Amino acid sequence: MIKQSVILATAVVIGTTGLAQARDQIRIVGSSTVFPFATAVAEQFGKTTKFKTPVIESTGSGGGLKLFCAGVGVKHPDITNASRRIKMSEVKRCAKNGVKDITEVKVGFDGIVLANSKKAKKVQLTRKQIFLALAKKVPANADGSKLKDNPYKMWSDIDPSLPKAKIEVLGPPPTSGTRDAFVELAMEGGCKTFKAIKAMKKKNKKKYKALCHGIREDGAFVEAGENDNLIVQKLVANPGAFGVFGYSFLDQNSDSVQGSIVNGVEPTFENISAGKYKISRSLFFYIKKAHAGVIPGMKEYVRAFTSEKAFGPEGYLVDKGLIPLSDTDRKKIRTSSRAFAPLSM
Amino acid sequence: MTENNTTDAALRLRHKRYASERRFNIYGIISIAVALGALCLLIGSMASKGWSAFQQTYIILEVELPRDDLAPQGKIDAETLRDVNYVSYLRKSLRTEIPGVKSRRDQRSLYKLLSSGATLGLQNLVLNDTKLIGQKIKFAAVASDDIDQLVKGNISAGKGGKVSKKQGDWVKKLTDAGKIEKRFNTNLFSNGDSREPELAGIWGATMGSLLTMFVTVLLSFPLGVAAAIYLEEFARKNRWTDLIEVNINNLAAVPSIVFGLLGLAVFLSFFGLPRSAPLVGGIVLALMTLPTIIIAGRAALGAVPPSIREAAIGMGASPMQVVLHHVLPLAFPGILTGTIIGAARALGETAPLLMIGMVAFIVDIPGSITDAATVLPVQIYLWADSPERAFVERTAAATLILLTFLILMNLVAVIMRKKFERRW
Repeated sequence: MIKQSVILATAVVIGTTGLAQARDQIRIVGSSTVFPFATAVAEQFGKTTKFKTPVIESTGSGGGLKLFCAGVGVKHPDITNASRRIKMSEVKRCAKNGVKDITEVKVGFDGIVLANSKKAKKVQLTRKQIFLALAKKVPANADGSKLKDNPYKMWSDIDPSLPKAKIEVLGPPPTSGTRDAFVELAMEGGCKTFKAIKAMKKKNKKKYKALCHGIREDGAFVEAGENDNLIVQKLVANPGAFGVFGYSFLDQNSDSVQGSIVNGVEPTFENISAGKYKISRSLFFYIKKAHAGVIPGMKEYVRAFTSEKAFGPEGYLVDKGLIPLSDTDRKKIRTSSRAFAPLSM
Repeated sequence: MTENNTTDAALRLRHKRYASERRFNIYGIISIAVALGALCLLIGSMASKGWSAFQQTYIILEVELPRDDLAPQGKIDAETLRDVNYVSYLRKSLRTEIPGVKSRRDQRSLYKLLSSGATLGLQNLVLNDTKLIGQKIKFAAVASDDIDQLVKGNISAGKGGKVSKKQGDWVKKLTDAGKIEKRFNTNLFSNGDSREPELAGIWGATMGSLLTMFVTVLLSFPLGVAAAIYLEEFARKNRWTDLIEVNINNLAAVPSIVFGLLGLAVFLSFFGLPRSAPLVGGIVLALMTLPTIIIAGRAALGAVPPSIREAAIGMGASPMQVVLHHVLPLAFPGILTGTIIGAARALGETAPLLMIGMVAFIVDIPGSITDAATVLPVQIYLWADSPERAFVERTAAATLILLTFLILMNLVAVIMRKKFERRW
């Protein structure tokens, strides 16, 4: 009995000394979409500077901001990655917990693609067709004032120009940021093309959202889990199916899968970068300014991330699938982030 | 009785009984075959995917280390050696190997044959052996992950994938010249995690697993054994001990993620222990393993025949002496087996670690139980989720390594049981 109380006591002592220590390692949380880029920067940063390699957790954008906003101090993360902009409610929560000065850094774009196996034909879709194929309820008349349950079983039911194949789309579950962005950019984009639905946005936002963001649950859309690699593998095995995932996975697997053309634009590096491909979003990270002087290496990490070598058009993040910002935007971000400019909503 | 007396009905009955006996045996064999088949399928698919990850492609280059750059004025100091641009030497050598690459664009894609780790490798080589300065050396440069996959035949060049036709031709040229070599992948065993598949290794995760297991066993073993001894040997049988027993059995069945939530709420938020540390991971897993050890321990203690206790008491031993000198040593193999099986389960666990921040990208090898660390199954999960194609085989390889650990642990449990077990 004495033995184990000694062991317990030592464990507690070791634990509390760990707590008392100042942290000498940057802690980063947040989006799984930004994760591959942030980790690449962190690794380079650890190798080329005297600082320790930052520890990065992939918690999702929402989860990351929750941890980030929990307070100031070594217990809380210094930086959070996000595949969407911080929300007003999150800024407020941050402020309530004493996290007042936040610096926003936009790092680039990520395109979301609807891809199929290279064994099948490349298809041309519009956002309206994507919406009609995947929505739970679709308009029963031309302007969308009447609704019905989605009756479409085949792509060719929606438009004769589309392939005569069963609608089968593999995509991420609702917890994923990719799904959020897909729903917002592709589905809502197509949904808005109906006059009556667009008018509904002003009158009844809740109903509008439920309609435009509602994905069908009759088996045409399959939630394939958060693992995009798995979706790619399933597409290769099943040439009739389509998958929804981030551009970086298309880039890495471009020998086996191809991105569908949406509204006449192919999901290529150039098109997403120029903003022509519509289903794309910006990626960010947020810095806690209060930690900048306390945790060693924060300034240098931000500098490393915003260097041309990393997020520039020839940088190593591009090899990882990041789509860079325009030259002027990069310059602006570089100066504002290095000065830790406060966030303006 | 003679055979004639056996009626047809009795014969038929006997026949039926034998037949059902045979069927019963066959069912058993089928069950075992299905279980074994599933195991073989798992290991087979992992091995077929993963074996190639144990090799890594290298490009053998003749690298000149000019004395003028590395040791200006004939002096050698570490500072200069660190600042030198080693990439340029590798690139120059690559250009002499494949002449005629003129445009900037082509040169860039030529340089992509090499991994960023090659530069670091050359730098370390020179730092460790300054005599090489001024010489022309043969250097095995790590090839980039795409080239590695190309050489292994997992992808093909010029099909719109990551490797262009030109790059494919260059690699073919190098192969024909015998400049491409596949060697044992030491990086996989000696490095921490990396975003470059050719540099990524499991040593960081293995250390994390060892540190976590250390804390887990250190906490759960003494506590579990003490609890088992008290409950089995000393506690009075009443409603309270029944209640405790039911709860321990319940605890053993609690989904592991719940322990992670507990760890987050209690150890991180309340006690303020560091995030991602093996200390917290170990405590959480210890709580998870504790019921297994208590149950196994009680079973082992209960299997010691009462005659041993009675004899000891008869010789005048106190109850504590009876337990410590006689019952516990005899029950020990059983308790150890339970502990090892519990620890093996904890080794393969990821869910509870998700909540306490051990599912993270960590490059530095952890050295103590308060350093940020990750564990083997988490490493597998992270690699499975990475977009780079070369991580597919590494995921399978890491799985094989984890399985090896588990098999070893279970083997130790079996051997110990066989060696020390006593039957009455």
